Amino acid sequence: MKTPAGYRRPAPGVHPPYNFPSYTSTQKRAPRQAPLRLEHTLSEITGPRFSPDTMAPGDDDLTHFDGGEALGERIVVTGRVLDEDGRAIPHTMIEIWQANAAGRYAHAEDRHEAPLDPHFAGVGRAITDDSGAYRFMTIKPGAYPWRNHHNAWRPNHIHFSLFGPSLATRLITQMYFPGDPLLALDPVFNSVPDPSARERLIATFDIEVTIPEYALGYRFDFVLRGRNASPTLN
Amino acid sequence: MIPLQTPSQTVGPFFKPALIRTGQESLITPRSRGERITIEGRVLDGDSTPVSDAMIELWQANSDGRYHHPEDMEEKLLDPDFHGFGRAATDEQGCFRFFTIKPGAVAGSGIDLQAPHVNLSIFARGLLKQLITRIYFPDDPMNATDAVLNAVAPERRATLVARFERPGLLHFDIVLQGEHETVFFDI
Repeated sequence: MKTPAGYRRPAPGVHPPYNFPSYTSTQKRAPRQAPLRLEHTLSEITGPRFSPDTMAPGDDDLTHFDGGEALGERIVVTGRVLDEDGRAIPHTMIEIWQANAAGRYAHAEDRHEAPLDPHFAGVGRAITDDSGAYRFMTIKPGAYPWRNHHNAWRPNHIHFSLFGPSLATRLITQMYFPGDPLLALDPVFNSVPDPSARERLIATFDIEVTIPEYALGYRFDFVLRGRNASPTLN
Repeated sequence: MIPLQTPSQTVGPFFKPALIRTGQESLITPRSRGERITIEGRVLDGDSTPVSDAMIELWQANSDGRYHHPEDMEEKLLDPDFHGFGRAATDEQGCFRFFTIKPGAVAGSGIDLQAPHVNLSIFARGLLKQLITRIYFPDDPMNATDAVLNAVAPERRATLVARFERPGLLHFDIVLQGEHETVFFDI
């Protein structure tokens, strides 16, 4: 049996370190020992896949909930999921969650003094199509304070969870909005060491995606790890 | 233009309504093949304080040692009633629990078989990217020759092996930091 081709190691500076002291929660949770590098086996190059049958109509539209319309600025967020070789990643599940327009999550642990919106749950799911494309309709999330340090505010962001084809491509990240003055002050955003990699977490406003008289459009592509060349059989 | 990777960011504290659904902690149906096991444990931080806002994802092969994935082309039986993926959130005490079966041995690199193991990914506030670890089984003779276990310093190897609470119930703690820190992998 030949060894299956693994995934390429991320370039330095793309992903944050575990220990990033200005993000206070890392201080007691980041391991002190360096992780042990593993050569990829079937355990790492396989991973869960999800059928489009598990999706319900409206899972990709967060603007309507419990019989009413969410408050806030409606937006479209759309893009493609690719690998580092530019190949589309079709039929992969994307899950999102976010605060409402006032900067409050519909979550019992969110104690921020901002109103809940009974018509906004802030969760959505989609599966990419044959070309790796996805599309969500939602509202622009508000900024909110988070007590990491004095006067700490999270920039507007949407959380994204992606699988890709394997355990090695699993990615949870956050998408930010262009021109947000809070980005420069945010330890989570700035935990990405390479400034150009950081910029890749910011969506692009796109008038072509914008729906006239209805919703502003943002484009955001995801790039997951690419494959090593297949080993030869000789 | 060459596509460049999207960086990881923390899952944060508010993921549960989006990512956690009842039943995801069970990987089995009554028809799944294999020896039923429950795996439970706690996630602890560097002060041994329970981490009550973590998500654990479990990925494993079926009882014959085959992953439900097109790239696993081993000549072993697939199980239509076992897909091998589970998710659990930790509770107030930092506890998580999975209901599954003991996986078979899966292929390693070259001709080696790997000892039966399940793969865990851990996400939490304060983790800017997931942690990866494996759970091995305490009574399995293949552990002695497993390439991954043997790459771990002997004094830390025990952090990757569950312990039997009683038959069918395994305990596995995930210690994020400190003296008994779990071995994590860079995959």
